[in-house]
Amino acid sequence: MTPLDVEAVYEALAETLDAVGDEKQRMFLAKLALLLARDLGDTALVRQRIGEAAKHLEA
Amino acid sequence: MRPEGRGETESLYFRYPHFDPPEAREVLSAAVPVAIVGAGPIGMTAALTLAKEGVRSVLFDAKSTFNDGSRAICIARQSFNILERLGAVGPFLEKALPWTTGRSFYRGQQILEFEMPDSPREKFRPMYNLQQQYIEDFLWRAVEAEPLIETRWQSEVVGVRDVDGGVRLSVKDPLGTYEIEAAWVLAADGARSPIRKMRGLRLKGENYEGRYVIADVQMAHDYPTIRRALFDPDCRRGGTILVHKQPDNIWRIDYQLREGESEAEAIREETVRASVAAVLGELGYEGAWELEWWSIYSANTLALDDYRDGRIFFIGDSAHIVPIFGVRGLNNGLADAHNMGWKLGWVLTGRADERLLESYTPERRGATLDVFANASKSARFMTPPTSGWELMRDAALNLALEHPFAGELANPRQMTPYTYADSPIAGPKGDGRGPIPGAALPGARVEGGYLQDRLGAGFTLLTCDAGLAGLADVMLYVEVLGVGSEAAEVLGLGTQGAVLVRPDLHIAARWERAVPEDITAALALSTGRARA
Ligand SMILES: Cc1cc2nc3c(=O)[nH]c(=O)nc-3n(C[C@H](O)[C@H](O)[C@H](O)COP(=O)(O)OP(=O)(O)OC[C@H]3O[C@@H](n4cnc5c(N)ncnc54)[C@H](O)[C@@H]3O)c2cc1C
Repeated sequence: MTPLDVEAVYEALAETLDAVGDEKQRMFLAKLALLLARDLGDTALVRQRIGEAAKHLEA
Repeated sequence: MRPEGRGETESLYFRYPHFDPPEAREVLSAAVPVAIVGAGPIGMTAALTLAKEGVRSVLFDAKSTFNDGSRAICIARQSFNILERLGAVGPFLEKALPWTTGRSFYRGQQILEFEMPDSPREKFRPMYNLQQQYIEDFLWRAVEAEPLIETRWQSEVVGVRDVDGGVRLSVKDPLGTYEIEAAWVLAADGARSPIRKMRGLRLKGENYEGRYVIADVQMAHDYPTIRRALFDPDCRRGGTILVHKQPDNIWRIDYQLREGESEAEAIREETVRASVAAVLGELGYEGAWELEWWSIYSANTLALDDYRDGRIFFIGDSAHIVPIFGVRGLNNGLADAHNMGWKLGWVLTGRADERLLESYTPERRGATLDVFANASKSARFMTPPTSGWELMRDAALNLALEHPFAGELANPRQMTPYTYADSPIAGPKGDGRGPIPGAALPGARVEGGYLQDRLGAGFTLLTCDAGLAGLADVMLYVEVLGVGSEAAEVLGLGTQGAVLVRPDLHIAARWERAVPEDITAALALSTGRARA
């Protein structure tokens, strides 16, 4: 993925999050996480990313 | 509970028998080798297993009839194997409804259809539905016909006291109170086990949040015997519903109570009727129905640390309480009874050393902990305990509308028999091909029948080496299987291999090159006459 690709994903996520609305954002993200994890097909990597994403949440 | 105007055992389809207390009073205090407290399904199964081994027992039950209501309705293949070994499976096969398929629905749409493991190699189907009062009735027929079992109804055990080489029980019935001494006691007295309390023992573990009302209705509903789970249905948003077919047009409907929903309110007849009507609407059923029986159930995973206390063994619900989702309550207890029954039977007939009994807790408590692990998983899916679990459950269900892989998370993966891998009486593992010691004997077809039909009453040596046939004696039955036969293949047996099978259909030991001395040693280990 080029920086431009990442940016495109970033934008699509922001727009979809707004489109689904505050109330459904958690559910949307959880579904997306399951889908992407399956595509990635690497449990260890997924677990590592779960750990990383949980860091610095109070920053 | 039953509808207003009907007595506790006034069923729409089942006639509860009435049993009197014992009449012959002068022999009541004669000592017995084994006393079994509780003539529920587990106590009766233990008595039948002991009788198969030639051991006499007295069975006490406080009630004058069977347990009320349909309670446990799912009997697993492994339990059918046990019932067959006890010569009691006939009426079960005739009446019970076999099933292999489950369907899960989310917001009215099917998201999963699963098949439980089954194959033509298996003699019995993975699961059968049958009301508990039939289970008790069919076991009772076998118990009644067995001269080695004496049943005393309306006989409540009110005291236990250790004495030299045994236990003294105080028994109260409508005609009086007496004492009786037993060398061994099996406490099959259910989830509230008075014996457990008398011994000052406590179940330990967790209580889950989910509470379910279980209701039986009679109706001419046209749907195959397929377990249905409804997640987040219109009639009960946020809740889960399970629907099972039983014989006699009886349908079991389990529905989850909402958080904060009062139990007293939930079990009022009008409330149950309204809730059931709403579920039937959801199922698209519009015909007439009658309410048969209902109860309330919560999910617990509780067990004793040790299933043994001196000369008392706990079997069934007295030793453990498991959530209903795994359908293990009854099945787990039947395996306890069978496990304890053959071991105690062999000890009391001098074929095994008393040390064999030490393997009961590790084997059966291990099985219960395994049930807990599975049931906790199911419980977390059926009734998510926290917001994190709830979000992921809902996300999985929602995703499953389009992506079947997520629906698999709703698969309860019920009942694979437990492997006693760490058992103190498990023998050599061989080369790791085929099922390991402690595993349940797998199914295979043998000459128009099944592998299990070829077993002896006690231990059986399964081998392709005809040279080992001479090992057969009173302790050991030898069955020679064809080289390359389905059974040999399933067992991973080569031309010189052998598998030793226990009386309870678990594998005791295996070798790729079996020699008589090793087999004798394994038999000694598995009967407590030698240590590992
Ligand atoms: C309302 C209800 C609903 C259930 N639903 C399900 C379900 O849907 N699925 C499932 O898998 N399991 C269910 N179970 C659990 C299932 O019924 C048990 O796992 C099963 O009955 C265990 O059998 P048991 O023989 O160990 O105990 P029980 O069946 O409870 O039998 C114990 C027996 O001991 C007798 N007894 C007790 N104390 C004494 C005493 N002091 N002296 C003499 N006799 C005594 C009692 O009278 C009783 O007959 C349910 C249980 C209940 C109560």
